[in-house]
Amino acid sequence: MNHQAMIALKNIQFHYDPGKTILNDLSLSVQKGSITAILGPNGTGKTTLLHAILGLLAPQAGEIWIAGRNISAYKRSELSQVMSLVPQSEVVPFNFKVIEYVLLGRTPQLGFLDMPSEHDIELVRNTLEMLEVQLLEDRPVTELSGGEQQMVVLARALVQEPQVLLLDEPTSHLDLSNKGRLLKILQTLAQRGVTIVFSTHDPDAAAMIADHVILLKAGAVLDAGLITEVLTSEKLTQTYGTEVKVLPIEGRLVTLLINGRFGEKEKVS
Amino acid sequence: MNSTRSLWARQYQRILVLSILLLIIIALSIFIGRYPKPFWMPIQLLLEDSMAQRLVWLLRMPRILTAALLGATLAVCGTVLQMIFRNPIVEPGFLGVSQGAAFGAAVAILWLGGGRLTIELSASLFALLGLAGSFILARTIKFGGWVLRLILSGIVVSALFSSGLGVLKYLADPLTQLQEITFWLLGGLWSVTWQDLMYVAPVVVVGLLIVYLMRWRLNVLALGQDTAFSLGAETTRERLIVLIAAVSATAVLTAVSGIVGWVGLIVPQIARQVFGPNGQFSVPGSMLIGAIFGVVSDNLARTLLAGEIPLGILTSFMGAMLFVVIINRSRIKLR
Repeated sequence: MNHQAMIALKNIQFHYDPGKTILNDLSLSVQKGSITAILGPNGTGKTTLLHAILGLLAPQAGEIWIAGRNISAYKRSELSQVMSLVPQSEVVPFNFKVIEYVLLGRTPQLGFLDMPSEHDIELVRNTLEMLEVQLLEDRPVTELSGGEQQMVVLARALVQEPQVLLLDEPTSHLDLSNKGRLLKILQTLAQRGVTIVFSTHDPDAAAMIADHVILLKAGAVLDAGLITEVLTSEKLTQTYGTEVKVLPIEGRLVTLLINGRFGEKEKVS
Repeated sequence: MNSTRSLWARQYQRILVLSILLLIIIALSIFIGRYPKPFWMPIQLLLEDSMAQRLVWLLRMPRILTAALLGATLAVCGTVLQMIFRNPIVEPGFLGVSQGAAFGAAVAILWLGGGRLTIELSASLFALLGLAGSFILARTIKFGGWVLRLILSGIVVSALFSSGLGVLKYLADPLTQLQEITFWLLGGLWSVTWQDLMYVAPVVVVGLLIVYLMRWRLNVLALGQDTAFSLGAETTRERLIVLIAAVSATAVLTAVSGIVGWVGLIVPQIARQVFGPNGQFSVPGSMLIGAIFGVVSDNLARTLLAGEIPLGILTSFMGAMLFVVIINRSRIKLR
């Protein structure tokens, strides 16, 4: 295991209840500036794995290294300056304005009792502009559409200026065009050196941008490596327990669920 | 004008306006009362009449200031609880505090001689005990998130204290003690002295200060557990600090005032309508609106009738009326 990797997990063992193992002897490593997709069926421990990398869940056994340093050597505030999270569904309890909500992403850079400054507000405005949602600035977060809300949550995670961006099922509630937009942005971020790890149950989302894929089944890594090596018909069939075919179309891998009868509805996963 | 100012220009203005309004109301309240005749004391009299001077200094001043502190504390405590529990209809009585205070007061009236200071000490002790009990019980519950467990145990602790209170009422002498307990439960500030104020002020001021300093942090604590964590918050510890600060202030004031309901539920709603949910402004905003609400309600309580109207009755009445207006005007999100 290479400790110089941006993220390195070593023989991770995790359970909520003893006897019900969620992550089983899981090891993996993620290089700086890469895009890694954690792919696997529902309920296989993808979110748990992301939360473990984030430091929110402490594994019962094993080690986690972030940027060459053991995660337990970080202070909470230091960790939040390195990693940020886009959760699967962010429930904002009150009608914060978009700009106020995104400003919360500056918290790690502020002292415990500090208020955001002009600089923070500028940074938030620039980020909203980069994500092309600057017009939403004064809208209440609770009144946004699913696609808009996901962009705003991403903006909140980005103003944290993270080296590692973790996203939990970032495309699952998005329509096709919003999905494309989001994945494109992730690609741009990776080119700027941000390490991106996202979970998804959708192989196509992984195929569109990931360089690396980690196939997860029942809390263990089934296979991990370059997307061309891992995203194959046999391996996906094994992962999802249903027959899947991977085809190259327009220079990209596309998955096809063989167990037909869905007709035109193309239901993949 | 820099951009933090321009982004929140309206909020800063409103804080300023409300601060001035509060000072004016406090100044006017000195002259409101039933001496020498109902409703208004001529300013001239304060300069000439030594009776008027003593009345203002010894009775009205401490009472007005306590009413302002009480309103501000109940309101800001409501704001804190609503944000941390992510629920707009939680109020300060939720964690066993009000029922604890009521039980403590009844114990003092029944068995400890019923002296004023004794009642206050006993009430604040049991109020804090209610808070501690809710926290301890919450830790023993094995299921659910932190918020759900706290709310459940708060309900349990409140129920235990209120059944205890029922027993005490049953045991009380109906001609003397029961009356006193009932009157205390109605809530009021009729006999507040400088000494009472000095006794509660340290806890209240420190509590309010902690909440005020953490007003931005509260926004982070109102987010989901995973997001708050990813933003570097020590969620459990920080929530505990701000909760204990807010609820302790409420507990010691409740010991002086008795049960004054609805302020902590209604004022945070109004403050969010005026300032938005951002704690930077909704915290000082609810303090100011709460203080104004407290002083105005207490002015009404002590002047409307020749006898005193218990403050708790007035705040409940006005609070419930305002609540009807608010729920008809806006969408309160319930989950």
